[in-house]
Amino acid sequence: MKGGGLRVYAVAYLLFLYAPIFLLPVFAFNSGTVISFPLKGFTTEWFVQMFGNASLRKALVNSLTIAVSASVFATCLGIFAARASTRFEFPGKTPIMAMIMLPLVLPEIIVSISLLVVLLSIGVQLSILTVILGHTLICMPYATVILSTAFNSLDRSLEEAAYDLGETKWSAFRLVILPLVMPGIISSLLMSFTISLDEFIIAFFLAGNEPTLPTYIFSQLRFPKQTPMIMALGTVLVVMSILLLTIAEYFRRRGLAKTGAKDTGGFL
Amino acid sequence: MTTPSSSTAAHRARTAAARPMIECRDVQKYYADYHALRGIDLTIREGEFFSLLGPSGCGKTTLLRTIAGFEDISSGAVLIDGQDQENVPANRRPTNMVFQSYAIFPHLTVAENVGFGLRRDPRSKAEKAAAVEEALEMVGLKGYGKRASHALSGGQRQRVALARALILKPKVLLLDEPLSALDRKMREQMQVELIKLQRQVGITFVLVTHDQEEALVMSDRIAVMFEGQIAQLDGPEALYARPTSRRVANFIGVMNFLPAHVLGETPNGVEVEVPGLGRVEIPAGNVSRRDPGDEGPSVGFRPEAVSLLSASQSGTGRVTGGVIDEVVYYGDMTYYDVRLDGSASFDGKARPVRIAMRNVFGREVQDVGTRANVSWSPGSLVLFR
Amino acid sequence: MAAGNRSQAAQGLTLISPPLAYAVLVMAAPLVTILAYSFLKDGYLTVIREFTLENYRAVWSDPIFHTILRRSLGVAAMVTLVTVVLAFPVAYFLSFVVAAERKGLWLFLITIPFWTSYLIRVFLWKVILGYNGVINSGLKSLGIIEQPLSFLLYNINSMVMTLAHAYAPFAILPIFIALEKIDRSLLEAGRDLGESRAMTFWRVTLPLAMPGVVAASLIVFIPTIGDYVTPALIGGGKIPMIANMIQSQMLDQDNRPMGSALAVSSMLVVAVFSLLFVLVNRRFLKVRQ
Repeated sequence: MKGGGLRVYAVAYLLFLYAPIFLLPVFAFNSGTVISFPLKGFTTEWFVQMFGNASLRKALVNSLTIAVSASVFATCLGIFAARASTRFEFPGKTPIMAMIMLPLVLPEIIVSISLLVVLLSIGVQLSILTVILGHTLICMPYATVILSTAFNSLDRSLEEAAYDLGETKWSAFRLVILPLVMPGIISSLLMSFTISLDEFIIAFFLAGNEPTLPTYIFSQLRFPKQTPMIMALGTVLVVMSILLLTIAEYFRRRGLAKTGAKDTGGFL
Repeated sequence: MTTPSSSTAAHRARTAAARPMIECRDVQKYYADYHALRGIDLTIREGEFFSLLGPSGCGKTTLLRTIAGFEDISSGAVLIDGQDQENVPANRRPTNMVFQSYAIFPHLTVAENVGFGLRRDPRSKAEKAAAVEEALEMVGLKGYGKRASHALSGGQRQRVALARALILKPKVLLLDEPLSALDRKMREQMQVELIKLQRQVGITFVLVTHDQEEALVMSDRIAVMFEGQIAQLDGPEALYARPTSRRVANFIGVMNFLPAHVLGETPNGVEVEVPGLGRVEIPAGNVSRRDPGDEGPSVGFRPEAVSLLSASQSGTGRVTGGVIDEVVYYGDMTYYDVRLDGSASFDGKARPVRIAMRNVFGREVQDVGTRANVSWSPGSLVLFR
Repeated sequence: MAAGNRSQAAQGLTLISPPLAYAVLVMAAPLVTILAYSFLKDGYLTVIREFTLENYRAVWSDPIFHTILRRSLGVAAMVTLVTVVLAFPVAYFLSFVVAAERKGLWLFLITIPFWTSYLIRVFLWKVILGYNGVINSGLKSLGIIEQPLSFLLYNINSMVMTLAHAYAPFAILPIFIALEKIDRSLLEAGRDLGESRAMTFWRVTLPLAMPGVVAASLIVFIPTIGDYVTPALIGGGKIPMIANMIQSQMLDQDNRPMGSALAVSSMLVVAVFSLLFVLVNRRFLKVRQ
């Protein structure tokens, strides 16, 4: 096969994908104040500056709160949706599931603006809670997909077997299904957390006066002086995202190994 | 692979007189408009190895699941050990099931799987552990307790499933196509083991299968089902030798059919005229009166129930001549397709019959196109009308 | 667990009701509201509840809307084309060259950049392409150029490149899935009958991969057209796309009916184009394996 040429292309493509991200640590430790070559020298002052910045800390706390809440809510809703869709047939199943998955194909601007307009017109004040509302909505489809895969990989008879051996429906779920689905739950939590943490548009429109991390970054982009600190922040965020995703992937694979299912390669 | 016939005979005699364990009275089940079970009347006795046999879609698994309690019935009654099971959910019935996929909990060890049902048992941990050990030994998995269950072979999984069900000492063990996932060698081995296990434990086994050989080997009695109804309920020998309908005859093994012209009743049976065989009196026990027979009455016999002789030999009993159309050699058996003289006299259609001959040392395989004699007796014929 | 049919449906509906209710309240109801607003009149600080088509008339007769719409469609189409074309060889590589046990790793590596902050990635491009940015300063210090290149940033091309970079993984995955589903023995049969590798690709592989290509195109096209951040940062605010226009109407100018009409109109256009695209390719989508 054309292994050689394609491989070179694929590697080059991958480098192109990662190139901007590699720049982050390069300039986060660069002592120059402008992001350009040649590099001036090594420094950690941008990181120090970052940790010392009060508004940044506030924005970080807000974002973490939002991310944790949204991931928990989205995962809970996802468990309901995944269980219903993999285990039961009911009237209207297809359109209902389509509606739940719809946020995936809706442009975020539409979701944000329509939600914003409705909230304003019924007089709800914008805050972290409204952002959580929006983030839970867009994370729900991802949670549903991940959890559906987890539920689907289970043998149907497992629950019946537990029931046959004397358990109640709830204890059968708790002792047999839940442990086997747990890797999927963890995956869903981590994925939703990451999505929420990095999400900009909904946070921008629905946070009101409360700072969140992406909106804070956006506001600082106007000030060239702050750019190196943003680079430092970006480095931290990227490292954290990669870490979380590696953990999510680890759990996904472990989940598959436990039930002996085949790996279809990713959250597909 | 033999089962000691003396203990089988004793076992069958015992269970034939045993009290009813499961009774189904006019059980009907609908899935929306689909009539899955159409009036099942059935009694399974204590200590029996009972099979539900039929093609896929006949309702056998549905019936098993209604006995287990996983499916509701639309009308009728299911009684287990004399108790109506109407509002008794599956987790409270005195039955346990071995599922087709075995349903071994992948996140638990073998011992944890087997001991799963003992969770709410008041005995001490040590007693429960001992019970688990005993159950494992009974199914031939001694020492497997600590193994991870997702690494087991198919046969081992099945034994874990059996141990897990039997440790709870149910009154009835239900098995849903337990051998279908195994390869041939394993299947034959497990058939013998299941029989031994059942005799050892002594409880009623109800098995669902689509494999008629399996049912014939293991069961004390078999209920053959088609389309939600029981077509025939009998012991394996009776089912094979005296099927009550062409459909049952065809489902269990192979049968040759020849059209028959009914001449009249006799004190011992029915007299018929069969092209190729001539005039025969069919014994009363071999006459089926339940066949709807839209092809008209016919006479059937199994390929091994008659013998092929060379043209010069004359056998005992009735002998008819014919021409060999086809010879198929299988190693241990040879199958001959023979066109009997006069078999086309009804309507001009010649109907070759298949005869199975064991390849015994010294017996020659006959050639295509040669004449041969077929030796048979009226007792090997069944009349369907 | 005795399951009558009615009980199945009842249990299923009970379970699905929380997520369904959430989707209806937080997504469907607001969308319907927007639709409703688009038919109402704009008053000073309020919305007058009178039915009117004036908003739509204003939107569709506005030359700026046409420009922005054309630009958005154009950019999105370009981005889709570039992204999908560049992604296909990578998906092909993944499916046909990479060993099975490595595929998961490659997929993971490819999707990681997507999960990092979109905002930061766009900002990084701004930094890379800027007047004193990475490329310019790098080229200058290497002595290749004297003056910084000014054409790198604040134009359509830079926007296209940024977006193509951002959505690349979206395009690879669906194509990969489609390629994985192709029965390898079909390809061998083709070659066995004497076809060259290129012909096998053209006549068998590519048509069978088309559902994946169509999916990839839609997955890139739809979010791209609604993008807000890239036009704002990379376009310098001077090359707005439809999302920026909606925001400006809705919030800056506080004209909700107009903004809603704008939003609905643009969603309609996107839906129409997507449907057309799918219809054109439907003969490929009919093939089931």
